[in-house]
Amino acid sequence: MSAHASHAPKRSGIADWLTTVDHKKIGILYLIAGGIFFLAGGLEALLIRLQLMYPELQVVGAKTFNELITMHGTTMIFLAAMPVIFALMNAIVPLQIGARDVAFPFVNALGFWLFFFGGVLINTSWFLGGAPDAGWTSYATLALNQYSGFGIDFYVLGLQIAGLGTLIGGINFLVTIINMRAPGMTFMRMPLFTWASFVTSGLILFAFPAITVGLVLLMFDRLFGAAFFNPDAGGNVVIWQHLFWIFGHPEVYILILPAFGIISEVVSTFSRKRLFGYSSMVFATALIGFLGFMVWAHHMFTTGMGPIANTLFGLATMLIAVPTGIKIFNWLLTMWGGQIRFPTANLFAVGFIPTFTIGGMTGVMLAVPPADYQYHDSYFVVAHFHYVIVGGLVFGLFAGLYYWWPKMFGKMLNETLGKWNFWTFFIGFHLTFFPQHFLGLMGMPRRVFTYLAGQGLELGNFISTIGVFGMTIGTILFLVNAYVSAKSSKRAPADPWDGRTLEWSIPSPPPEYNFAQTPLVRGLDALWVEKMAGNKGMTYAEPLGSIHMPNGSFLPFIMSLGLFIAGYGFMYHNYVVVGIGMVITFGCMLMRSLKDDPGYHIEPDEIEEKGVKA
Amino acid sequence: MATHHVNAVLPDEPEKATLEGKNKILGFWLFLGGETVLFGSLFATFIALRDQTNGGPTSQQLFDMPLVALATLLLLTSSLTSVFAVLALHKKDLKKMQAWMTVTVILGLGFLALEIYEFMHYVHMGHKMTSGAFGSAFYTLVGFHGAHVAFGILWILTVQLQTVKKGLTVVTAPKFYVASLYWHFIDVVWVFIFTVVYLMGMIGGKVG
Ligand SMILES: [Cu+2]
Repeated sequence: MSAHASHAPKRSGIADWLTTVDHKKIGILYLIAGGIFFLAGGLEALLIRLQLMYPELQVVGAKTFNELITMHGTTMIFLAAMPVIFALMNAIVPLQIGARDVAFPFVNALGFWLFFFGGVLINTSWFLGGAPDAGWTSYATLALNQYSGFGIDFYVLGLQIAGLGTLIGGINFLVTIINMRAPGMTFMRMPLFTWASFVTSGLILFAFPAITVGLVLLMFDRLFGAAFFNPDAGGNVVIWQHLFWIFGHPEVYILILPAFGIISEVVSTFSRKRLFGYSSMVFATALIGFLGFMVWAHHMFTTGMGPIANTLFGLATMLIAVPTGIKIFNWLLTMWGGQIRFPTANLFAVGFIPTFTIGGMTGVMLAVPPADYQYHDSYFVVAHFHYVIVGGLVFGLFAGLYYWWPKMFGKMLNETLGKWNFWTFFIGFHLTFFPQHFLGLMGMPRRVFTYLAGQGLELGNFISTIGVFGMTIGTILFLVNAYVSAKSSKRAPADPWDGRTLEWSIPSPPPEYNFAQTPLVRGLDALWVEKMAGNKGMTYAEPLGSIHMPNGSFLPFIMSLGLFIAGYGFMYHNYVVVGIGMVITFGCMLMRSLKDDPGYHIEPDEIEEKGVKA
Repeated sequence: MATHHVNAVLPDEPEKATLEGKNKILGFWLFLGGETVLFGSLFATFIALRDQTNGGPTSQQLFDMPLVALATLLLLTSSLTSVFAVLALHKKDLKKMQAWMTVTVILGLGFLALEIYEFMHYVHMGHKMTSGAFGSAFYTLVGFHGAHVAFGILWILTVQLQTVKKGLTVVTAPKFYVASLYWHFIDVVWVFIFTVVYLMGMIGGKVG
């Protein structure tokens, strides 16, 4: 039918990137934007550690220090870690399930641009009167007008915009994974990374609305004189803590589950073995996601909830160690007896396992409420969550990037540079954060801008700062590696690692339609099943035919720009600007609703042409 | 799929006839899951703060049952008429579908008018967003719902416009169906608001 839908005018260059609805390109956009924010957050971390290198330094001063820790945390969680996760999800999940596209290409693009403009809005605070300075948790009453500067408004509005983008991105992946799987790709045949993305998207869906409400309430308090968190007018500051952590704890699993998924893929591929205990891995992923919603108040043991609540939340938290432990042992048993290779991807994966285990172990220590009264708000907590988020998530992301880089960009990353990248980053990481456990136990509180000499804190802080240079060098080496690979003319093969899953059955980078013919999945590790059956590639579920593709659109970009403009209007109490921004956004929504996108078709002769070239 | 030129027979349940339609409906159900958490958080906040009037009028002094009951009646009826519209959709009766949806919109507008009147009345009595934690929580929860109603009305109108121009197709049917889902959701939220805010506000109240 409908072979007459014609080609849309092809855009090129910058216009193509602003209008793209191709999940592979959106993945690259997420990676670039997330990478830039990662560098900003890293620079902030470097300044923090320089300020703390010696006692009583005045490198940045107390006020700037508060801004730096706030922006470092906010940027790294919301604007660096999440987007890079979304980058890999976009680049890989549709390929792993044998889909030509995501369920909502337009919404996918909108999600990216909302995140991007939200992130930019927060960061413009540096130039418009000071960054937010109440910590990334932005607790009331500290974050109210009386105690904090203008910067919090940027935090409140920027995170609402970016969070909306993340939310719709999550919905897109849920529907994609439920509805768009290739024939034969049952749920229990899905690669673990797709499973992790699925559970993470579910967590996003149920966790982000909670913080959105918290941010709205804080915004109403700050901008419109509401009294949610103002004790003088009957408000209650603990409500913020609950709303923040009802989001905040699941957020930890939103971040770490995709890393678990990546590690599962990488360890299995480079052991040339099927993942050990696949079903228990799926079960553990889902269980972690479920329990993740039951434990938020372990961040509030010292708030005064009473012994019963503290005990229950403490026990629930310790329970999560069980499915997490299952995962650790499954990775070890996958490697056991495998033909293990150690390219950079697997170095990061194998480095991840002990590092993350340490982070998980300190997590169980923190889950004991009486002990937590000692650890609370100390550097022990800082060490713990950096072991989980850097030692866990960031190692996982590096593993994923080295593993899937050829699929995303069609070029290999250099292995020698990669090994230097790994060792400098790995050693730098442990130098930075291992001593912080002891600094915390010795009583150094987090978020202080300096400390006195003669209290035994000098050595730990000095080593910690030196370690940051290692991580900095590692990051720079990664950038050099990316640059070298972009400049090289050598093309990556379709299947450089002797892969097991569907993404390795198509060219690197894949054509815009991903699969010329939808593959037929005949088992777990779909490509490996075919390899073992002696087949050259996948068997197909359909003959070669005309492929329907969606058109690109400027609307997601403009729609997000509208909210970006309205955000400034709110902050400066200029309701004309709010109106202009809202009209832009809702106007775009209306246009999208009224004007159907017929898309265009790629015909079999074009596919064959391209197929020969690739 | 470029199915908008299919002029032959419209399939049964046209809203689920295409993959796009199925995706849209599933995605919207998931979105409503997120909305549930959103309203749940607002309800929890309201319950925690509803006695903190900060010297302003209490809920017993404020609420006027006949007015709220009328608003409830309007909104619940509008949910029923939107069900009739979906039934007409499944019978592929475009005219009837449009008519029932128009009734839905009118009832929604009536609800909104009552709510605006109610808010103005309360402000007059000294119950404001800024008058204390109770005021903030009340206007945020009920106002969020009201904003959803207003958005729903505009949304249904744009979908109506499209069905006038394009008729009932596998492209317009899912849009229509999803808008009606949204309308039901708003209604369910109102049932909770009626119970938690108004009923509990009138019979409950702090002892002492
Ligand atoms: Cu937690």
